[in-house]
Amino acid sequence: MSAEEYKAGDQNLTERTEPEENTFETTELTISMGPQHPATHGVLRLVLDLDGENVVKCTPYVGYLHRGVEKLGENRTYFAALPLTDRLDYISSMNNNVGYVNAVEKLFGIEAPERAKFIRTIVAEMGRISSHIIWLGTHVLDIGATTPFLHAMAQRERILDLFEMLCGARLTVSYPRVGGVRNDISQEFLDALYEFVLEFPSNMDNYETLVTENRIWKDRTVGIGVISAEEAVNWGLTGGTLRGSGVDYDIRKYAPYDAYDKIEFDVPVGKAGDCYDRYMVRVGELRQANRIIKQCIEKLPAGPVMAEAPKLTLPPKDMILKDMEHLIHQFILITKGPSIAEGEVYVATEVPKGELGFYFVSDGTGKPYRMRVRAPSFVHASVLPRLCKGALIADVIANIGTIDIVLGECDR
Amino acid sequence: MGLITTLETAALVEVEEGTKILSPNIIVTSMDKLINWGRRSSLWPMTFGLACCAIEMMATYASHNDLDRMGIIPRGSPRQSDFMFIAGTVTKKMSQIVRRVYDQMPEPRYVISVGSCADSGGIFNTYSTVQGCDSFLPVDVYIPGCPPRPEAFIDGIIKLQEKIKAEQFHWSRWR
Amino acid sequence: MEALLIAEKLRERFPEEVLDIKEFRGQISVTVNKDKILNIFRYLHDDPDLFFDYLVDVCGADYLGKKEKRFEVVYHLYSIKHRHALRVKAEVAADKPSIDSVVGIWAGANWHEREAYDMYGIVFNGHPDLRRILLPEDWEGYPLRKDYPVKGPEKEWPGFLDVLDKAKKYREFEWHG
Repeated sequence: MSAEEYKAGDQNLTERTEPEENTFETTELTISMGPQHPATHGVLRLVLDLDGENVVKCTPYVGYLHRGVEKLGENRTYFAALPLTDRLDYISSMNNNVGYVNAVEKLFGIEAPERAKFIRTIVAEMGRISSHIIWLGTHVLDIGATTPFLHAMAQRERILDLFEMLCGARLTVSYPRVGGVRNDISQEFLDALYEFVLEFPSNMDNYETLVTENRIWKDRTVGIGVISAEEAVNWGLTGGTLRGSGVDYDIRKYAPYDAYDKIEFDVPVGKAGDCYDRYMVRVGELRQANRIIKQCIEKLPAGPVMAEAPKLTLPPKDMILKDMEHLIHQFILITKGPSIAEGEVYVATEVPKGELGFYFVSDGTGKPYRMRVRAPSFVHASVLPRLCKGALIADVIANIGTIDIVLGECDR
Repeated sequence: MGLITTLETAALVEVEEGTKILSPNIIVTSMDKLINWGRRSSLWPMTFGLACCAIEMMATYASHNDLDRMGIIPRGSPRQSDFMFIAGTVTKKMSQIVRRVYDQMPEPRYVISVGSCADSGGIFNTYSTVQGCDSFLPVDVYIPGCPPRPEAFIDGIIKLQEKIKAEQFHWSRWR
Repeated sequence: MEALLIAEKLRERFPEEVLDIKEFRGQISVTVNKDKILNIFRYLHDDPDLFFDYLVDVCGADYLGKKEKRFEVVYHLYSIKHRHALRVKAEVAADKPSIDSVVGIWAGANWHEREAYDMYGIVFNGHPDLRRILLPEDWEGYPLRKDYPVKGPEKEWPGFLDVLDKAKKYREFEWHG
């Protein structure tokens, strides 16, 4: 039975008709792909029902990295749960931190000072560059091109060095704090970042020379994994995966947080909704992220980096060592947590993967009563059966790459 | 074990304990030493990333730190690999798979436990997380860190190489 | 449209069903009766002025000892066309918790509902494939319930015990280095 007949048939492709006489009898083959597979971006497992080269049915199994982040978060104070968010989407931990502190600030009813907002915007966009670059490298590597991966990782290493300069950690940064950021940025850091920003467009040109017009790349991605705009919204896709289908939904524009309302940037939008358009959207986002960082450095205002709310934000470390008042605040906040109003908030931010939302229910104590992480990767992984249905087995790899999932965030 | 090709005198020069150079290109050593030298110079790890540490593992393999120069080339199949990084949090659901992959590896095989989560459970002391992968795997080298830096990875690999270098009598028994 | 106006409009349309409207930090949550939840969501999804085409999130919550009905299913809705958001909450009783599935309206609800079933044991009627998603099939208990300990119950999951047994059994075949 050929692929055309499958596609022409009804939606329920698993129902098979009896083979006609004088034809070869075919049998379906079920293979398990993952959780140990180099191209599944971690520990995703797919069970594929194959008819020759065609995927009849694809069933994703997730949860191999379920660590109980939500349960842990409900048993920690708001400040102590911040490092957990680093390990959700570990490729862009800075963005998770920014999303988390934005949600907690909304719950507390405080606002970070202007300078802190700009710094957060800078580091979030740096996180976006590092995440998209690793996506670009691995996605292209999965499809068969090794060189862009090596270039991309070299570029990413520079961002990680900048992070290290900023806060001492490469990957799990925990740099933003509730009410601001941990420490102010130095001139040395700004200079190094500016140098990176100026060089970045030419580096991007290099990657694009390798990939964008590459014949093999186009053959492997154009028209693969097509999803229409209505369907994408209905499935709840967000981020580059949604924008590739032509919906310009970007939380940075729709509900601006931090300093995004003071910065000019465009939202790249695709048309066809296939792997190639999603690639083009993310490449566009890389350039826009660079543009945002550049503007932020130029417009960076002076001032404090932590909000003045001693009962709700952690005091600065040097004051704790000098001053009794601050020491008491620190002690109370770390052991008991702050006392806040009862209520519930849902705050979403645009992380590289899509919409990362935190839903907090507060019962007035220092720990969240309910902490819910709305992870974009979880939703994106759920659309895989839809994308892979009727595709060739080689396109499954392209589809896994294009939705840009990280299993730490998907399984939480 | 160094290879010295321009030695002029035909005297027996001991360059290392148990390794002697007789004349140019003639070296006298024990079988153990020779085989261990070969084994530790081309360690092939299993490509197996679990969580955050896998990203640092990738960074170590890739251009900036470049593990290829140490003879380390990641393999996609457990049948071809010499050792395995347990890079990341091992959950109970995943422990079955990790154990199966380990069982598929041929002897001699080694395990490097990477990061706080694999070493001891780390910050994830919850219902679904294994508190240290040494509960079901024989771990040879532990690398601390959350996640460890690429330098720490390289240090862990050098530790494993030292361990392999010191192994004795295996090959004489198997001969 | 303002979220409060949407909530009032919803109350006009379903006076029996809407139980409570609350505002906190500028966000509106509407508590509704769970029985006609599908009609409510169909209306919210289809009405041209509301047009909630994007289901952001579905999650459970456990109010053990805090509320009369123990569980709550929380839906976050967003309209990409009109740029407004709404939170709808449905209370579910502790005894055999169940609620109608909204997969027919938003396909994206599929995994969220499976997760709520996995974590809280809330059954979604009419769900096409209601299985555990994050935890193994034979896991006992529902971890995010408030009476479930963080480190898990005393009784270990049998799958992990198997692994430990296997590790013990195979130890004698190890090629000791």
